[in-house]
Amino acid sequence: MSIFLNENTKVIVQGMTGSEGTKHTRRMLASGTKIVGGVTPGKGGQVVDIDGHQLPVFNTVAEAMGATGANASVVFVPPKFAKAAVIDAIDAAMPLVVVITEGIPVHDSASFYAYSLTKGTTRIVGPNCPGLISPGKSNIGIIPSDITGSGPIGLVSKSGTLTYQMMYELRDIGFSTAVGIGGDPVIGTTHIDCLRAFQDDPETKAIVMIGEIGGDAEERAAAFIAEHVTKPVVGYVAGFTAPEGKTMGHAGAIVSGSSGTAQGKKDALEAAGVKVGQTPSETARLLRAILGR
Amino acid sequence: MDLFEYQARDLFEKHGVPVLAAAIATTADEAEAAATKIGGKVVVKAQVKVGGRGKAGGVKLAENPADAREKAGAILGMDIKGHIVRTVMIAAAAPIDSEYYLAILLDRSNRTFLVMASVSGGMDIEEVAHTAPEKLAKIPVSAVDGISAAKATEIITAANFPTDVAAQVADVLVKLWEVFQAEDATLVEVNPLVKTKDGKVIALDGKVTLDDNAEFRQPDHEALIDQAAENPLEAAAKEKGLNYVKLEGEVGIIGNGAGLVMSTLDVVAYAGEKHGGVRPANFLDIGGGASAQVMADGLSIILGDKDVKSVFVNVFGGITACDAVATGIVQALELLGPKATKPIVVRLDGNNVVEGRAILNKAAHPLVQQLDTMDGAADRAAELAAK
Repeated sequence: MSIFLNENTKVIVQGMTGSEGTKHTRRMLASGTKIVGGVTPGKGGQVVDIDGHQLPVFNTVAEAMGATGANASVVFVPPKFAKAAVIDAIDAAMPLVVVITEGIPVHDSASFYAYSLTKGTTRIVGPNCPGLISPGKSNIGIIPSDITGSGPIGLVSKSGTLTYQMMYELRDIGFSTAVGIGGDPVIGTTHIDCLRAFQDDPETKAIVMIGEIGGDAEERAAAFIAEHVTKPVVGYVAGFTAPEGKTMGHAGAIVSGSSGTAQGKKDALEAAGVKVGQTPSETARLLRAILGR
Repeated sequence: MDLFEYQARDLFEKHGVPVLAAAIATTADEAEAAATKIGGKVVVKAQVKVGGRGKAGGVKLAENPADAREKAGAILGMDIKGHIVRTVMIAAAAPIDSEYYLAILLDRSNRTFLVMASVSGGMDIEEVAHTAPEKLAKIPVSAVDGISAAKATEIITAANFPTDVAAQVADVLVKLWEVFQAEDATLVEVNPLVKTKDGKVIALDGKVTLDDNAEFRQPDHEALIDQAAENPLEAAAKEKGLNYVKLEGEVGIIGNGAGLVMSTLDVVAYAGEKHGGVRPANFLDIGGGASAQVMADGLSIILGDKDVKSVFVNVFGGITACDAVATGIVQALELLGPKATKPIVVRLDGNNVVEGRAILNKAAHPLVQQLDTMDGAADRAAELAAK
């Protein structure tokens, strides 16, 4: 099993005709994802050939879903148009919308997230995230598919490159699903959403949770783990050396006053019984010890 | 980006939030001229992006223009918690009857917007939240619905504002929402919001934080950047489109992806504990799909930092190709020539790693050494910086 996606997930690419969209559509196709079309307003009716795949382009997500049976969308639309693209997907009741775009104003992401709650039919992953992969089954976003294969580990992370690093460290064991939830202040899917899904997924035997400075998502996740997660969880938190008041790359990665610190998050996770590594490699070793590998 | 009080005041005025007449001054002469123009008693206020300026002596009442000149002269140049006062705001003085608190902010925890309102304004609101939480109303605001006149009235009623000012405060709240939304703010705070002795509600002091991601649709915001406070290396990096933060250590850091770079800083700091307390000198994320040019730009910024004793390039190639990174390092060193004098420790993994490592091996630059693991490379970079 896997969480949020599987080998039957049919994916449309919003912004497929743009340079980033085309590049990553090619990569997703190469890793076996069932891409069934794209959406670019004003370009509906065209057919794009990507590595021999004839992919129809639609003006709206609703049209694309009607014609292809797509049940997931991935968004590569630039920040300026991202809100409209996500709203279009929510209006079509698209079950899963993965927003890769970085640099979306928080008023826009807060708005489309709130809108998705009023409709209640769409799960948003991201924005500013690498997407999610269930190795060998489906890959929605930009996570490299050749790092590792399928296995018993579930991974949830705010950071893209730390996701890749951790998959690489544990490549001989493999992953059920790895989810990059994104580094923005407002994201559609949280650590808790993924922890809950991994807890319910029979294939997942152990969980790696990667956090970073800013907000209190890790503290909340720690409280959730203490109460609801019986599977072993190891954690890693980045940003111990980040100064107060400075944004560290991700829009959400900022220590404000005494809140959002790495130490506070590590303490909360450890209090919940989560073993927290000092480096990514040590975190991987902690997980190996748990699985006996 | 956090704004100065006077910039917040100007945004308030632009959107119809009631404020007092004010002007800024960077010299005592200008302060006197501003006070003359405003007339009557004025308040001279230090413009610093830090709390507690009143207690530090950065806010003074002046009886007349000559007095304003004297007070401004004393405040300009003052050091308030490490912030040097370069500008003062001269504002009309108002006889205050009551002080309130009103703010709209992004509530990250609940992924929504939030209004905080209190009839106990004027003091540190975190203090109020801590000692008398019942006096601070917190009401969520949907990002879809915003704050209509009806919603504002509901909030003001819930916060127990006195009936004689309720309508005025509700109107201020609607206009603050306009500031919040139209300017892409993540915080709009008025503390204090006052009732004057003649019954008018006025925003006396304000704090605004703007969302940097909204730059593309907020062309006016660029002018609000405090150039004087920018670190020259950060400014140079920004011009090249690099995501760079200057820190106070000795090991220059280049990596790809915000999370991996933050992690690299931490790993270097741990390794540094064994090497005389060596610390990371900066955060620099060259991003996904970084080209050789970006690598070269990054390396030249870091080698231009006089505090840097060694450099650690830590890349996990997801989309970024390790061969492009390696080519960037080689090109940067060719470009810099004899100006490059600091050892560079490189750890490459992921996409095209074999090609990347081969390029560096072939170039065999005397300053460059490769290590296989992140922890090992961090240790070497820290060791080299300690020498």
